[in-house]
Amino acid sequence: MSIYSEIILHHYKHPSNYGSLEHPDLKATAVNTVCGDKVAITIKKKHDKIVDIKFEGSGCAISIASASLLSEKAKGMKIVDLQKLDRADIVKLLGIELSASRLKCALLPLEALKKAVL
Amino acid sequence: MLDVKKIKADFPIFKTHPELIYLDSTSTSLKPQSVIHKTMSYYRDYSANIHRGIYKISDHATEEFEGTRNLVAEFINAPSPAEIIFTRGTTESMNLIVYALGRQIIEQGDEIVTTIMEHHSNFVPWQQLAIEKKATLKIIDIDESGILDSNNLDKYISKKTKILAITYISNVLGTINPIKEIIINARKINPNIIVIVDAAQASPHHKLDVQDLDCDFLAFSGHKMLGPTGIGILWGRQKLLDQMKPFNYGGDMVEEVYIDKTIFHPSPSKFEAGTPHIAGVIGMGAAIEYLNRIGLDNIASHENRLIKIALNRLNEEFGEEINILGPDFDQKVAIATFTFNDCHPHDLAQLLDEEGIAVRIGFHCAMPLHTRLKAHATTRASFYLYNDEADVENLIEGLKHARRVLA
Repeated sequence: MSIYSEIILHHYKHPSNYGSLEHPDLKATAVNTVCGDKVAITIKKKHDKIVDIKFEGSGCAISIASASLLSEKAKGMKIVDLQKLDRADIVKLLGIELSASRLKCALLPLEALKKAVL
Repeated sequence: MLDVKKIKADFPIFKTHPELIYLDSTSTSLKPQSVIHKTMSYYRDYSANIHRGIYKISDHATEEFEGTRNLVAEFINAPSPAEIIFTRGTTESMNLIVYALGRQIIEQGDEIVTTIMEHHSNFVPWQQLAIEKKATLKIIDIDESGILDSNNLDKYISKKTKILAITYISNVLGTINPIKEIIINARKINPNIIVIVDAAQASPHHKLDVQDLDCDFLAFSGHKMLGPTGIGILWGRQKLLDQMKPFNYGGDMVEEVYIDKTIFHPSPSKFEAGTPHIAGVIGMGAAIEYLNRIGLDNIASHENRLIKIALNRLNEEFGEEINILGPDFDQKVAIATFTFNDCHPHDLAQLLDEEGIAVRIGFHCAMPLHTRLKAHATTRASFYLYNDEADVENLIEGLKHARRVLA
């Protein structure tokens, strides 16, 4: 089975929340040392909730789709809940099985997000 | 011309995976049955330690182990097998030189010269030594086609240069450096220069002759030339090896040990503390015998023909969509490193894998080179004696598949 499912390809070609927010309350970057991919996340929060989130950077289909899906999920979430997100949540969001090397790509946006809300 | 079908039959992996299209030999080569058999037979038939047992199977192990040292010496035309040191790989060979020689001779203000096309294993050790000793690291540049700036050596090498550490062949661009000429010219500028050649990408395809090259050290790995992983070679000039201190201390490398001092064996034993990777060394012997049987010249001409076809076909099929790094076929080994449309190398490699094609992606342990070329991660397809035109066509079909999915 190809990991390039319709959902993945859709989010890769038309990512949600792509770009960066001006005057963000929170921001962070994560880098995949294997390929030099970077994901930068900017966030606006109100009280303890994420009200807006954008990401940008260069990446493979898996990391871009993961960032797109994660940004959709994160919007409206409480920061304490965001901090609890882990690998299993990302795998569930993507709905595909990934090898160890590609899991790195998938988890890059979560790494950036967690850094931002630390 | 090589009979690729016959050669493939020597590699059991093609029985396990008949559909495998292996285009990652630059990273590590596949292993022929003779190497697997020879490595296994050590464990099965005479798995005793070398150099010390006064019994038959230990003598057998010693004979095979030292026999490989002789084979390696012949393989690179070394004046003596005593100049052949077994290491874990090219990386360890380079670190051995840094620790056992570099740290003794490099002083503040000295210069070490290397190139922008080095693998990290022949770059980082020298960079770190330069930082530690407050020496200067100078880096020979390349032109836009990936050819080394070897016509202007006096820009980089001076009387202050103690070490020139240079690769024979780039693992990314495939560029074959005119290493003999470079060494002649480097010695003209500075007769005292110590020249260290990284031959990890040369030994699988090119006849090596350390006396003809007139280098001082030469390093390579077994696993890229059909041998087992975890075994490498360092060749060094006897007089330099005699000057050097051991790299690791321990058993087997000592003549006499007292409470207050130790007398070491001469080279190579001095540099081979502890029980070595006996099976790996013996397996490497089988790899050299296999390469000798096929003939390195035959392998080189097969690869040259194949890379010419590959470059032509890739450019013909994809034109502007593909950007292949490095010089033209006549100045490189069978390596095609490229970027393809806006396809991310991770996606490309994954989609090629769906078609049974194994390629390598990333910086290929050559980040300074990628930075120099302003290249993000790249995809690398490399060809060896078990590849043929069909693999080139399969790669092209694989790229078309990737384009369809990602476009």
